[in-house]
Amino acid sequence: MSRLPALIGRRLWQLLPIIIFATFVVFSLLQLVPGDPAVTLAGDYASKERIEEIRKLYGLDQPLIVQYGVWLLHAVKGDLGKSLLSSAPVIELIAQRLPNTILIATYSLIIATLIGVPLGVLAATRVGSRIDTLVTSVASLGVALPSFWLAIILVANLSLGLHLFPATGAKPLLVDPKGALLSATLPAVALAVGVIAELARQVRSALIEVLSSQHYRTLRAKGLSPMSMLWKHGLRNVSVTLLTLLGLQVNRLFSGAVVIEAVFAIPGAGSLVAYSAINKDFPVVQGVVLVLVVIVIAVNLAVDIFNALLDPRAASS
Amino acid sequence: MNETAVKRTILMPPKRSRIGRIWRWMMSDPRAVLSISFLVLITVVALFAPIIAPYSPVEQDVSKLLLPPNMENWLGTDDLGRDVLSRLIWGTPNSLYASFLAVSVAIVLGVPIGLLIGFLGGWLDDAVSRFVDALLSFPPIVLAIAVTGALGIGLTNAMLSVGIVFAPVLARLVRAQTLVVKNALYVDAAKGFGASTFHIIVRHIVPNAIQPVIVQITLMLAIALLAEASLSFLALGVQPPAASWGGMLARAYNYIEIAPAQMYAPGFAILLTALAFNALGESMRVALDPTMKRR
Repeated sequence: MSRLPALIGRRLWQLLPIIIFATFVVFSLLQLVPGDPAVTLAGDYASKERIEEIRKLYGLDQPLIVQYGVWLLHAVKGDLGKSLLSSAPVIELIAQRLPNTILIATYSLIIATLIGVPLGVLAATRVGSRIDTLVTSVASLGVALPSFWLAIILVANLSLGLHLFPATGAKPLLVDPKGALLSATLPAVALAVGVIAELARQVRSALIEVLSSQHYRTLRAKGLSPMSMLWKHGLRNVSVTLLTLLGLQVNRLFSGAVVIEAVFAIPGAGSLVAYSAINKDFPVVQGVVLVLVVIVIAVNLAVDIFNALLDPRAASS
Repeated sequence: MNETAVKRTILMPPKRSRIGRIWRWMMSDPRAVLSISFLVLITVVALFAPIIAPYSPVEQDVSKLLLPPNMENWLGTDDLGRDVLSRLIWGTPNSLYASFLAVSVAIVLGVPIGLLIGFLGGWLDDAVSRFVDALLSFPPIVLAIAVTGALGIGLTNAMLSVGIVFAPVLARLVRAQTLVVKNALYVDAAKGFGASTFHIIVRHIVPNAIQPVIVQITLMLAIALLAEASLSFLALGVQPPAASWGGMLARAYNYIEIAPAQMYAPGFAILLTALAFNALGESMRVALDPTMKRR
């Protein structure tokens, strides 16, 4: 375990340029807005003095690279500016809403793993069979299905029709765990379908590759039972790929959450970014995008490190 | 035989004969035939929307609000009394335009960058690759929403944003393909004959690296279509009163308790079109696979 700090250090060092570029992209969003960034930040009804004040505060009269430095320094300290609409600190808005997004994303990932992985294994161990065809077809359907449409259908039938689940809203997990999970179930299911399809496909192809490898054929020749081979060797070899795959889904889940939160009127990070983009509340847009991309990078870093611990070959690469 | 003839016959990989073979194979694949037929149909609908649509997509009729499907309005009417079938048909050109615009932007930005950094390598490759990695760390729809918000709301800006967000996917793929091809024997040979970098990229790298890219582009059309639907559902894409499938779903959702039937048609339109792009892509993946022998 002594190599762990060194490993984390090395990975962080490799990630540094990506973090710099990613934060620069977030910073640049403001530059994409036509017109003077100071006017954009001050809002539509700001006085001349206010605009100049903003310009000074964010160093907008300085060269771009200095502006980026000032912005990043503020961001690292947790100062993401204030909302142009409510003038609440952006970081507070995000802190209020992010837990709802994390809840449905995590819930969704759990559902997707529990369904998608077994489907992939089932298909891979019976290549060409009817079950395989069924899994592959369902996966193709899942990839093309608009998740928000599925969400609407679920609401129409299970919430409004059968009253099994609440149609809208979210509850805090710590205060009302049962209510929170009940509210999050339909959004999580709608969000999970695309991920299930993706996981089933990828697990299937990864496992097929392992099962057709030389080392696997040798085991078979030695007389191991197919089941023990699958559990002890096949799935173990796929586990590293699986973790990486799960890490990559976080990105997809956050993307899907934006629309799903709109359908279920969940006050989450996704609905916050959509609302702010429509209402030109750029500090909030930048703040949410920054926090989400940092989470994505952090999750994939964690996956990377975990993989390196599981598989010594991955550590050296 | 002169020098060029030798080069042509020995060093150039065969190209022309392959296209016919790929086409024949795809025509023998029911999945490809079905998806191509559907896409042709959709394109015809998109091109002739004004002729095909039975009613105007924007004309309101307060005497028939939220009607269920009937003889006059096959798919019913929406909350403003507009014919749903006509809006579905008028939404087709918007949706196809959106997909193709986004993917074209991704191609124009992503392919040349991928080719260049893959071929040249060195510090430029390192720097741009890290930038591509950084862009790929963003949740795509979230970044597209942020860029749309900055550029200004509307279908064209929304799809420009989606294209910008997709470009790194193509850049990374093209770079990886270029790395594989650039060390091939025929590239070395072309260098030996004194071919220019431009000539090598255009005549040798592109034709041989392009196959997985074509597949990816086809699959990307489906993702772009879904992205357009999402953005229009969120009111960031197509603006009312213009029709779009995603926007129709958003409206239908508001009246879900009164007129639940309205949410099905636009959803099926999105689903079937995305399925067709995906099926075509998957079929092409098999057809273009160089290891696939004559069938």
